[in-house]
Amino acid sequence: MKKYKDIVLHGNEACALGALAAGMRFFAGYPITPSTEIAEFLSVELPKIGGTFIQMEDEISSMGAIIGASLAGVKSMTATSGPGFSLMQENLGFASMAEIPCVLVNVMRGGPSTGMPTRPSQGDVMQSRWGTHGPHPIIVLSPQSVLECYTLTIHAFNLAEKYRSPVIMLMDGLVGHMWENVQLPEKIEVIDRPEPSVPPDWYNPYDDLPGGEIVPLVPFGDGYRYHVTGMVHDKSGFPTLVHEEVEQCLDKLIYKIKNNLHDIIRIEEYMLEDADICIVAHGSVARSAREAVNIARSEGLKVGLLRPITLWPFPRFHLENISKRVKLFVVPEMNYGQVYGEVLKSCPKRAVRVTRVDGELITPAQIMEKIEGTAL
Amino acid sequence: MIHTSETMYKYLRPDKTFPHVWCPGCGIGIVMGALVRAIERTGFTKDEIVLVSGIGCSGRMSTYLDFNTLHTTHGRALSFATGIKLANPKLNIIVVMGDGDATAIGGNHLIHSCRRNIDLTALIVNNNIYGMTGGQYSPTTPMEHKASTAQYGSIEKPFDICKLVEACGASFVARSTTYHAKMLDALLYRAIDKKGFSVVEAMSQCPVQYGRRNKKGSPVDMMMWFKNNSISNPAFKKIPSGEVGEQFPVGILVDLDEPDYLERYRQIVKKAGDDRL
Repeated sequence: MKKYKDIVLHGNEACALGALAAGMRFFAGYPITPSTEIAEFLSVELPKIGGTFIQMEDEISSMGAIIGASLAGVKSMTATSGPGFSLMQENLGFASMAEIPCVLVNVMRGGPSTGMPTRPSQGDVMQSRWGTHGPHPIIVLSPQSVLECYTLTIHAFNLAEKYRSPVIMLMDGLVGHMWENVQLPEKIEVIDRPEPSVPPDWYNPYDDLPGGEIVPLVPFGDGYRYHVTGMVHDKSGFPTLVHEEVEQCLDKLIYKIKNNLHDIIRIEEYMLEDADICIVAHGSVARSAREAVNIARSEGLKVGLLRPITLWPFPRFHLENISKRVKLFVVPEMNYGQVYGEVLKSCPKRAVRVTRVDGELITPAQIMEKIEGTAL
Repeated sequence: MIHTSETMYKYLRPDKTFPHVWCPGCGIGIVMGALVRAIERTGFTKDEIVLVSGIGCSGRMSTYLDFNTLHTTHGRALSFATGIKLANPKLNIIVVMGDGDATAIGGNHLIHSCRRNIDLTALIVNNNIYGMTGGQYSPTTPMEHKASTAQYGSIEKPFDICKLVEACGASFVARSTTYHAKMLDALLYRAIDKKGFSVVEAMSQCPVQYGRRNKKGSPVDMMMWFKNNSISNPAFKKIPSGEVGEQFPVGILVDLDEPDYLERYRQIVKKAGDDRL
């Protein structure tokens, strides 16, 4: 593989490189704009290092294949965009229910339906949270730069392995298609799947361990025979309808994430210490928001930025803390207000939104207009 | 001599998953018995086998057998199996599906698995109906036959599963019935042993949802119908097409020796490696 240390990189390419650095060795996907470069890049690089690339017949089978590969012990990933993401939802729910680590990249484009195939959007914030059915947790990360496409993809794999959960990299088309000069970090932390600590006869893949410790998933073929199903299951993995076991199964899914919010949630604060106004923005919009903060500060307005890097679980506590200090939240988004809804839920204080759905980036000026036009 | 009951018991998970969900007279148990005997014959250990299934009556087979087992989403079993096989080619993967699972919702995955010639064994239990959801018509329900969603008789032309997968490029295609249980053993053994994508269609009776509605009689009557209408493939080929009627061929229908997906992928790895030099 070429050396990618100090180089101009494409967001999608950086994401694929991050996956390789994290140890991903199986990619299954179906072409869809604006995510295709990830598949194209990996189709060249994976065979060189003993990994597997396969172009499946559709997005449904792509998601199924990465779950299968992960069950066989290989870190796996797929990449798609809005409509393909919709098709993956059922199997995404399976990965969540059966607790199979894997990473799903969704490079968002305008929707609904075929929408705007090459234009960026942030329309899948809620789809990434609630696209599949039933109660389930999910981890969703949103990068704002090419460098973050790299580092956050590694982080996504680490979280997937650590919490035995699917993790979604929610990139907007702008971040995915951006070129930037980046210096990739020399040292990265990679978390691999732990070995089981018990012999096969004692192994229960869905055991409830004290302290919320998560049972390692042993690859198929390693002598630990067990059953994996998308049905509600007991701790050994077999279907159950016993009330207590049903509740235990679903509670466990939720609480393995809920009890570790401090570890999972990442945010970035910019000039928030003395701010009266807090902009909440993620992905490419956060870059415009940061510039808006600079402009506002130069005009003497006390504006700061909160950037949720972890979009789900939503950083509600951070927001609640900030709401005690600030008078107004401004939420710019490339949709009609999906994060805005979460901000309102977290903080009954005043919040306004800046929306744009025409496939163009929200500019700092547009955010400033809202700030200046809203009386405090 | 191996006693069937002993062999069966060795592979079941009796303390965890029984009683099973299948109706009295259902043929899936016979198919499961044949599968177990075929696996016993291959000599593979339990850890070397992965049993993947879809959703539906036959999809429950993975729950009852003591292998690495995976009960997937409806119609998608072959996709999950593809991922497992490519991630660990040493594993022998058997995918159990029903007719609705394999040819309706999973039809796309079935035809592409054939074309890709991925080294898996697909066992399709064909009982001509959606049993678990209460007897709706499937892509193999014969014309004019009744189902809960075809009360006036089905007006859709049924799939011939074997012809379908043959046309799509499967390396090994065979058909047997629950009447011909021993033949089913032998065919499954050949299919598991075969490199490339193998399909075995096991015709099975569904006396409760299909047979009852279509006045097919008892489970024994339905199995006798299999006996009376099946015919060996060479003999079947000699029958003029106008005189076939309800008769169908059993035995091995296709047996090709072609490079499978993994063999071809190894060529890619070689090429990619050469590029680097």
